[in-house]
Amino acid sequence: MNKPSCLPARAGVGFKPEHFRDILAAEQPVGFFEVHAENYMGAGGPSHAQLSALRDRYALSIHGVGLSIGAMKPLDRDHLARLKALCDRYEPESFSEHLAWSSHGGVYFNDLLPVPYTEETLAQVAEHVEEVQMTLGREMLLENPSTYVRFAQSTIPEVEFIAEVARRTGCGLLLDVNNVFVSTRNHGNDPVAYIASFPLDRVKEIHLGGHDEQVDDAGAPLLIDAHGTPVAAPVWALYAHVIARTGPIATLIEWDNDVPAWPTLRAQAIAAQAILGRAARNAAA
Amino acid sequence: MSASIETPFATALLDANRAIPPGVVSHTAEVPTKRFAVYRNNVVASLVAALKVRFPAVMRIVGEEFFAAMARVFVTTHPPRSPILMFYGDTFADFIEGFAPASDLPYLADVAHLEAARTHAYHAADAPPLDPMEIKSIEESGLGSLRITRHPSAQIVRSRFPIVTIWAMNAGEMELQPIADWSGEDALVVRPYLEVEVRKLPPGGAAFLAALYAGHPLASAIEAAQADSVEFDLVANLAGLISSGAATTMSCPAGSKDTSS
Repeated sequence: MNKPSCLPARAGVGFKPEHFRDILAAEQPVGFFEVHAENYMGAGGPSHAQLSALRDRYALSIHGVGLSIGAMKPLDRDHLARLKALCDRYEPESFSEHLAWSSHGGVYFNDLLPVPYTEETLAQVAEHVEEVQMTLGREMLLENPSTYVRFAQSTIPEVEFIAEVARRTGCGLLLDVNNVFVSTRNHGNDPVAYIASFPLDRVKEIHLGGHDEQVDDAGAPLLIDAHGTPVAAPVWALYAHVIARTGPIATLIEWDNDVPAWPTLRAQAIAAQAILGRAARNAAA
Repeated sequence: MSASIETPFATALLDANRAIPPGVVSHTAEVPTKRFAVYRNNVVASLVAALKVRFPAVMRIVGEEFFAAMARVFVTTHPPRSPILMFYGDTFADFIEGFAPASDLPYLADVAHLEAARTHAYHAADAPPLDPMEIKSIEESGLGSLRITRHPSAQIVRSRFPIVTIWAMNAGEMELQPIADWSGEDALVVRPYLEVEVRKLPPGGAAFLAALYAGHPLASAIEAAQADSVEFDLVANLAGLISSGAATTMSCPAGSKDTSS
């Protein structure tokens, strides 16, 4: 029996070491912190000292960025073993990874690369998710990607692909609302329709983050999942739309580049918490 | 079938001269060049950023623009082999050594070696350093056979340039000023508790520590140190070994007290 993902249905923040002192200096209006697993794969030192201190005070989500679940080759067993050791050490409330690939031919690209959606890739991704859950002894959450291109080979819509992985493996889902906005805009689709067909009953965590706006070769909008700015207004609106349908769900603010001072990040979490609070009151009424 | 997507995709990521792989499409343009460029840019820019974080003194010495150009060449020719990026760039110093545009800064590679060692010290296993009182429990007759255990964070970086001084000046530890003495310096990089420290080793100190770390007894380490430098000072080096936290245990074989347990 896999340990279920169980983050509190509150706003959380992606932890950055530069905020450590500010965070510890007072009780923060934050339900949990999330860290990238790969940043804590050293043996010791300040990174682990900080994570231990955070873990003592807050719920924890460990978010992998390097497992390459969407690749067509077998999972990296050494990396999976490191993830297990990390989860065993910190006993996080949740573990999540991406529907993407990041390694190929022995090279790690440090980016979340897109997966063609076919019966073959579906079988492979489901097998990988199953292996992760079996190894960790935990339910994992699979995150929907931001994508900039499509594959001519794809035969399955993204939402159907994700729903089917969840159905086959029993995994939970991490709904990145910014990714929904970015991908649907990039491919000329409707974000509300995407949400309408998404298996929201499987969603155990939500991500919110900032994006950049560029244009593509044809002058059409090309949004980049850059995590270097506040959450955009239409993404807040889409988030409120999701929460109105689902009720409160653990919601993370991601800000990984041009990281602001702690109060700025905290304010984003408070804004998310306000939307969660409204949904909780409506449910109670 | 799908492996045939990953391979051309991966190859085109690191080589901007390659065409966009077949099958990569968008609803707006036949060949989505700008869209594919987002992935190319993410890969290269994020890896260059990782090197900037790991090698700030190297960047300070050559300037951000030169560093970024040099790092881009490194990233595309020596991409990471592991998703653990904290150690990406272990071979950056060797790359710099052979990087012709940086050849007028012959000490640059050693600064990179020192910064790489600092990262390893930062993330090394935690261990309490040797208690200075332990040396008192060693009987004088057994001193020659004394052995120590290296602190997991401790590393020696040797250089024919004044590497500790150059690093300190470019890491904000020391004011930037002309260097009068261009003799070589050896560094001990160690993190006894939470702070990584960089110490300049005294003459013969690197050879002395290296011998002890290799498991040799004190008598052999002294010989090695004296062979390395006629200025080797045993008392100063022993005091440095103990105060730096570069060892976790010391012990003598039977006949004297073992303090390692």
